[in-house]
Amino acid sequence: MKTYEEINDKIKKGKAVVVNAKEILSIVEDNGIKKASDMVDVVTTATFGPMCSSGAFLNFGHATPPIRMETITLNGVEACGGLAAVDTYIGATQPSIDKGDEYGGAHVICDLIDGKKVTLKASGKGTDCYPRKEVNVAVTLSDMNEAYLYNPRNAYQNYSAATNSSSKRIFTYMGTLGENFSNVTYSTSGEMSPLLNDPYLRTIGLGTRIFLCGGVGYVVGCGTQFKTKTQRDPNGVPVCGSATLAVRGDMKQMSTDFIRPAVFERYGVSMFVGIGIPIPVLDEEMMEHLSVQNKDIHTYVEDYSIRDGRNARIKKVSYEELFSGTVELNGKLVRTSPLSSVSKAFQIADRLKGWIEKGEFTLTRPVEMFDMHSSVKPLGPVKEKK
Amino acid sequence: MREKMKLLIHFPRHSALEPITYNLVKDYDVKINILKALVNDNVEGFLFIEADAERENLKKAVRYLKDIGLQVEKNGTSIFVDKDKCIHCGTCIAACNVGALTMDEEHHLVVRREKCIECALCVKVCPQRIIRDVFAVKQR
Repeated sequence: MKTYEEINDKIKKGKAVVVNAKEILSIVEDNGIKKASDMVDVVTTATFGPMCSSGAFLNFGHATPPIRMETITLNGVEACGGLAAVDTYIGATQPSIDKGDEYGGAHVICDLIDGKKVTLKASGKGTDCYPRKEVNVAVTLSDMNEAYLYNPRNAYQNYSAATNSSSKRIFTYMGTLGENFSNVTYSTSGEMSPLLNDPYLRTIGLGTRIFLCGGVGYVVGCGTQFKTKTQRDPNGVPVCGSATLAVRGDMKQMSTDFIRPAVFERYGVSMFVGIGIPIPVLDEEMMEHLSVQNKDIHTYVEDYSIRDGRNARIKKVSYEELFSGTVELNGKLVRTSPLSSVSKAFQIADRLKGWIEKGEFTLTRPVEMFDMHSSVKPLGPVKEKK
Repeated sequence: MREKMKLLIHFPRHSALEPITYNLVKDYDVKINILKALVNDNVEGFLFIEADAERENLKKAVRYLKDIGLQVEKNGTSIFVDKDKCIHCGTCIAACNVGALTMDEEHHLVVRREKCIECALCVKVCPQRIIRDVFAVKQR
């Protein structure tokens, strides 16, 4: 048994033993769960995948005379009005008015992080206290008062793999799916993934300090569509999309090495988000969870050509099979490919490991744990136009 | 012994005003099948040919092209992945039906240029738009 305080004490003295979620596997194999949980203090996990439910809060500062911004665009991408005078939220998946899906909110966010000038156009009706009606000005990240990424739903704990039974190639947020089950795509960092290493969220909750896109960030709540009442394997790991996280981080600390805009063909804009979460080895039970391997993690292959509510599940497969490059489907070997960068996940886990080893980053006990009996509701009956 | 090989010839901006196809035929006895050719708005040229000649002559022909300042790729493709910007997400792999794009054990993208058939579907689906077909007239 170890407490957060004991682990942080070691971190501050530069004596903490930190390994990534892959390295821990051989340590457990060589030493067993008990000895390994004494030896290791922190395991770093990470993911770098397309996470659509992302965006940024920005505060531009006031012009003289001031304006109450009601319609706002940044490089031609619409951002939210309705947040007082000079605050806005720009969603990562919002396409630009003139360039469509080739440039969107994610590109604006990453251009700002890269230090590029972005054109802010805003208008308001003009009031006695905010007499200005229009602005058209170039802004940079350093010009802004606050700029923080705030992503309502990231780091999905598991996700279905995708295939296509129809006779036509389809283009989805799960990538290109060839006709007649010709391929399978999946999106995970598997045994490196944060929420697959802490399946019951024993150490991840409100206030958990994390690595977010190159800077320090925080878990600021459970993510939207948070589901903990879910189908699990005996090891506790969910076999479908389950828990999610809302995260926040200062854009001024971020680097586009760890956050990138994405465009999915005939789907639209998304954003690759890099998240690293340190998991304290509190006890043997925690180490049991941290020793999870790709062969112990399963998901369902779903048919993405079925979108009318019929059961689209085809087969339960392990991530070991998916990562191997082929999976058996209907008696045939079908090729598999990822959408989430595992090599980036390793970079992130090792960067975070370095921060902790140097004593620059300590662990946080969550201020509040998340609801473990949460389910997800659909949007209920929608009238179809005849 | 005769040999057949695809050659992608890149003419850098303002280079080589020699009639190279004529020279290849006349001086090196190369049978040429032009697959694709383009001069883009940056005044760079690309010529993609299938060359069929005696092995020795083919070697000399490639040397001649390089000597006059052209870049020549044997059995290559007109599709280029910008490796510096690639994040190894693997989205392009799903679109590649001929095994030219795969992942290695370290989860890095592997490009087997000799397998590529220039269908250019990877160009369309790369989420970062960092795969380019030099023969695409409309660049993104």
